[in-house]
Amino acid sequence: MGEQTSLRNAVERLIHDGDVLAMEGFTHLIPFAAGYEVIRQERKNLTLIRMTPDVIYDQLIGAGCARKLIFSWGGNPGVGSLHRLRDALEKDWPGPLEIEEYSHAGLSNAYVAGASNLPFAVLRGYTGSDLPKYNSRIQFVKCPFTGEELAAVPPVRPDVAVIHAQKADRKGNVLLWGILGVQKEAVMAARRSIITVEEIVNDLNAAPNACVLPSWTVSAVCCVPGGAHPSYAHSYYERDNGFYQAWDSISRTRATFQSWIKQHVMNTSDFEEFKELLKETMAETMRWPPNADSQQPR
Amino acid sequence: MATERGFTTTQMMTVAAARMLKNHAVCFVGIGLPSTAANLARLTHAPDVVLIYESGPIGAKPHVLPLSIGDGDLAETADTVVSTPEIFRYWLQGGHVDVGFLGAAQIDRFANINTTVIGDYRKPRTRLPGAGGAPEISGSAGAVLIVLKQSARAFVEKLDFITSVGHLDGGDARNRNGLPGKGPVAVVTDLCVMEPDEKTKELTVTHIHPGVAREQVEKATGWKIRFADTVRQTTPPSARELETLHDLELRTARARGQLPAHAR
Repeated sequence: MGEQTSLRNAVERLIHDGDVLAMEGFTHLIPFAAGYEVIRQERKNLTLIRMTPDVIYDQLIGAGCARKLIFSWGGNPGVGSLHRLRDALEKDWPGPLEIEEYSHAGLSNAYVAGASNLPFAVLRGYTGSDLPKYNSRIQFVKCPFTGEELAAVPPVRPDVAVIHAQKADRKGNVLLWGILGVQKEAVMAARRSIITVEEIVNDLNAAPNACVLPSWTVSAVCCVPGGAHPSYAHSYYERDNGFYQAWDSISRTRATFQSWIKQHVMNTSDFEEFKELLKETMAETMRWPPNADSQQPR
Repeated sequence: MATERGFTTTQMMTVAAARMLKNHAVCFVGIGLPSTAANLARLTHAPDVVLIYESGPIGAKPHVLPLSIGDGDLAETADTVVSTPEIFRYWLQGGHVDVGFLGAAQIDRFANINTTVIGDYRKPRTRLPGAGGAPEISGSAGAVLIVLKQSARAFVEKLDFITSVGHLDGGDARNRNGLPGKGPVAVVTDLCVMEPDEKTKELTVTHIHPGVAREQVEKATGWKIRFADTVRQTTPPSARELETLHDLELRTARARGQLPAHAR
């Protein structure tokens, strides 16, 4: 019921060991601050779902929070590999990682099926691809009307969805805009949800067709300004490409990754402290604070 | 870096790929080389091309080249931005995309593409990012253009994994498998342009870029590459094409803070 609370409290109460967790945001509005809090609270055996694992899941996988990953494209966008993901798949470090792999069309349809409470999604896809050979959850069904063979994938039904949005009002209604990815579907498909936002306002002033998640559809709302950094929040701050580039060398070896996580995540008590530290340790490569050279919020 | 010809092989590749895109085409764009070529087309001969990115922007007109598939500039300059499920369901599967513009890590003689894994899927030697939007773009787009640098490591006899379908095992295989689109109609590299043979669908060299020898093309292909009966030389980049590409790349480097302070 859109209850306003701290991120620490929300993660404590709503994300448990062994949960199926979807932290969504397609390049835009990625809930990084929530990811750090999951690592800080040392959640284990999570099944992580995300179309584009991005740096946020590289961090969770390297930190040993995950046992399984469900995804459709796993790179560091514009930079290259996710080294922690690759180390898990190629060398079983920090442990073996089971994968269930789709295409974007397949996984986005699976989110829609989850939000629609359907047993599967149907799409015209995967023909000639080897993906169905290695993922038995991609099947083919015959259309009862035309006889056409179509692909079917099971729904995504997370225990918890976590997204970042621009605004919530004091009642906990949430508004987001720009590139929307599958955030709305993720929240609608999940049993519980945590929404971090840039700010809490008196009135959302949303246009009638705006993407609004009414308060009663979300479990917790946490005010975490900058919480999508190093991804971006449209109208608030831009993508911090310098951080994505820096992540390539931070994550390249197990030692540099572990020391970064220890210093920045485990040895800070919350995202506010993390931000302060980052300003000192990574000022050279980063654009921080993110609000410095951005447009004014709408 | 300019050569004695006044352009690099990479510039030639980008320009040749851009020329394939017709004005008013609706194009589903992959990030990287395809995005550079598609935007060069938009800024030269195809001002009314409609660029769709899988993150949701439709009719994007970015000022600089996007680093990621979901850069804010894409959303800011688009005619509309829709959700990811909608992009794949209504726009691609709905039949509104004329051309899919893709890159690849590995490609075979029938233009099937691997972007998933080198080695065994379950015990990968090198794990690549995976499918993204490509399997359904290559299936459902009206036609597909592919752009990648040519080497024997990328142009292989047998793919380790088929991520996205080209012409399968050739001939009328796409038809038999019920794939709606025509599939790959051209592969543009830094050495040449290949097109599928009308009948067998095997990739055949139809144009060689200026200054490139046949032997170079043969050496950079992992199978015995076929040449068309008449192989033409690719028209070199025009001054306007080169200038537009140079400006676009300079603007991009500036925006990403990749230039030394004195050059900004």
